[in-house]
Amino acid sequence: MDELRELYQEMILDHHKNPRNFHGMDAASHAAEGYNPLCGDKVTVYLQLDRDTIKDISFEGSGCAICTASTSVMTELLQGKTLSEAEALFGRFRALVTSDPGEKPDQAGLGKLVIFAGVREYPIRIKCATLPWHTMQAALEDKSETVSTE
Amino acid sequence: MTAHLLKKGTIVRTNPATEQHGHSSPYDVFAIRKDFPILRQKVYGKPLIYLDNAATAQKPQVVIDTLRRYYERTNSNVHRGVHALSQRATEEFENTREKIRDFIDASDTREIVFVRGTTEGINLIAVSYGDSHVSAGDEVVVSEMEHHSNIVPWQLLCERKGAHLKVIPMNDDGELLIDEYAKLLTPKTKIVSLVYVSNSLGTINPVKQMIEMAHKKGICVVIDGAQAAPHLAVSVRELDCDFYVFSSHKMYGPMGVGVVYGKQELLEKMPPYQGGGDMIKSVTFAKTIYNTLPFKFEAGTPNVGDVLGLGAVVDYLQHIGYPAIAEHERDLLEYATARLSTVDGIRLIGTAKDKLGVVSFVLDGVHPHDLGTIVDREGIAIRTGHHCTQPIMQHYNLPATSRASFGIYNTRDEVDALVASIDKVKEVFK
Repeated sequence: MDELRELYQEMILDHHKNPRNFHGMDAASHAAEGYNPLCGDKVTVYLQLDRDTIKDISFEGSGCAICTASTSVMTELLQGKTLSEAEALFGRFRALVTSDPGEKPDQAGLGKLVIFAGVREYPIRIKCATLPWHTMQAALEDKSETVSTE
Repeated sequence: MTAHLLKKGTIVRTNPATEQHGHSSPYDVFAIRKDFPILRQKVYGKPLIYLDNAATAQKPQVVIDTLRRYYERTNSNVHRGVHALSQRATEEFENTREKIRDFIDASDTREIVFVRGTTEGINLIAVSYGDSHVSAGDEVVVSEMEHHSNIVPWQLLCERKGAHLKVIPMNDDGELLIDEYAKLLTPKTKIVSLVYVSNSLGTINPVKQMIEMAHKKGICVVIDGAQAAPHLAVSVRELDCDFYVFSSHKMYGPMGVGVVYGKQELLEKMPPYQGGGDMIKSVTFAKTIYNTLPFKFEAGTPNVGDVLGLGAVVDYLQHIGYPAIAEHERDLLEYATARLSTVDGIRLIGTAKDKLGVVSFVLDGVHPHDLGTIVDREGIAIRTGHHCTQPIMQHYNLPATSRASFGIYNTRDEVDALVASIDKVKEVFK
């Protein structure tokens, strides 16, 4: 049970039940859809850019708790960030969830993203956590095809 | 092995070699469990509870031993060598073909073609029979509850030929609408391809009646028996289907082997599916003469070891007896349905009157993938996802379901453990 609590932390469950920035965006300058065919997670990420700053970011879709919470937290953290800051945060997040679960995670610069460290114990679930970030990246690159985890 | 069925579900075994397994009448699930070495392990420190049988079933010791014996003593190529091993391999291989003929009650071994599995079998039929019988404007009929493997090969055929795929709808219980089916059978319909037992919903379709309806209009019928094979004794002659396809691995046999049954008069007229060795009588650069049935459809070296493993599992299942298996699994299904129905927030997906082996469900507020992860930590293997039946998910407007599917070695205690693990899920997500 403790291990499961490590994965399903209170903050993750809270973001799952009450996702932040969970709506469409008429003024979006960029958008992309992400899909995990393994479990059916589907998220659409919307961004509104002001030159190289993310003025607004939101999402829609349905997914598992890990995916929904990860998307919700991402949209919180990326509000007002520059593109290079967003890219760097994604890099650190990816490093976190793919790091050796036996080692203490490097928390530097991650903020509340550390709540996803528990995913490391569940390799099959890592994609649930990273799908929104890949989708955000695809939106910024104006990729038209759906981002797939497979 | 021999088994005598005295009455439904009562089996007396007379072969001393199998007595050591300790099966006793009428159905000793604990003795059967001992035949499956994989079930002895612990997962995350908990005894493995394997409820993903509809994806693939575990293998009894007799199958594992057959494979080992084949590779230790017999391994050799079939139908070619004059040497002792080749002759032995050929004999055992062809004996298994006869065993399979008997197993599905076909009239002739020429009607039994070994393939890699159900998917390859359906592709064989869609290409070989389909390409030579379907033209532009024709129609192929499948149902809403087909596995992707019984949709995509027909879509490919329709694309090649400019034909159209028609779909028999189902109701919310997961039962096909027979009246709608009747309307789909028109002079344009060339093939009906139907799943016998749904892997996602457990529905047993009234295939005998549906075959009859199609035959009245002269339409060829393919039956996907992948999920039926581990649960139901099948007589292709009684069903009168034109083709019947199933896989070994879902019926406790090795992976990588399946069977296509086809009526001889149809197979005779069909062109080969693949070209190569073994499927020819003579080859010159000017002309190749194809081999006779069933070899015309078995290009290349067959999967001899796994075919023998399939033969071993047919013996094993017949030894337990399909009526006894059906009774055991019906009990499990009824018990699981009753137990899960009482869990607050659970909705069962697939509530057909006639079903077997599968309980699909969703839990309010919890994505199946989260449920699957938590249940897994209790050592319980279930399947979460779309089960390769995305049209079914679309019917219910769900991204996925959780599915527990039962086999000959599952117990009521395991169902209880599943229900208890769902309480844990609710605790995490409360």
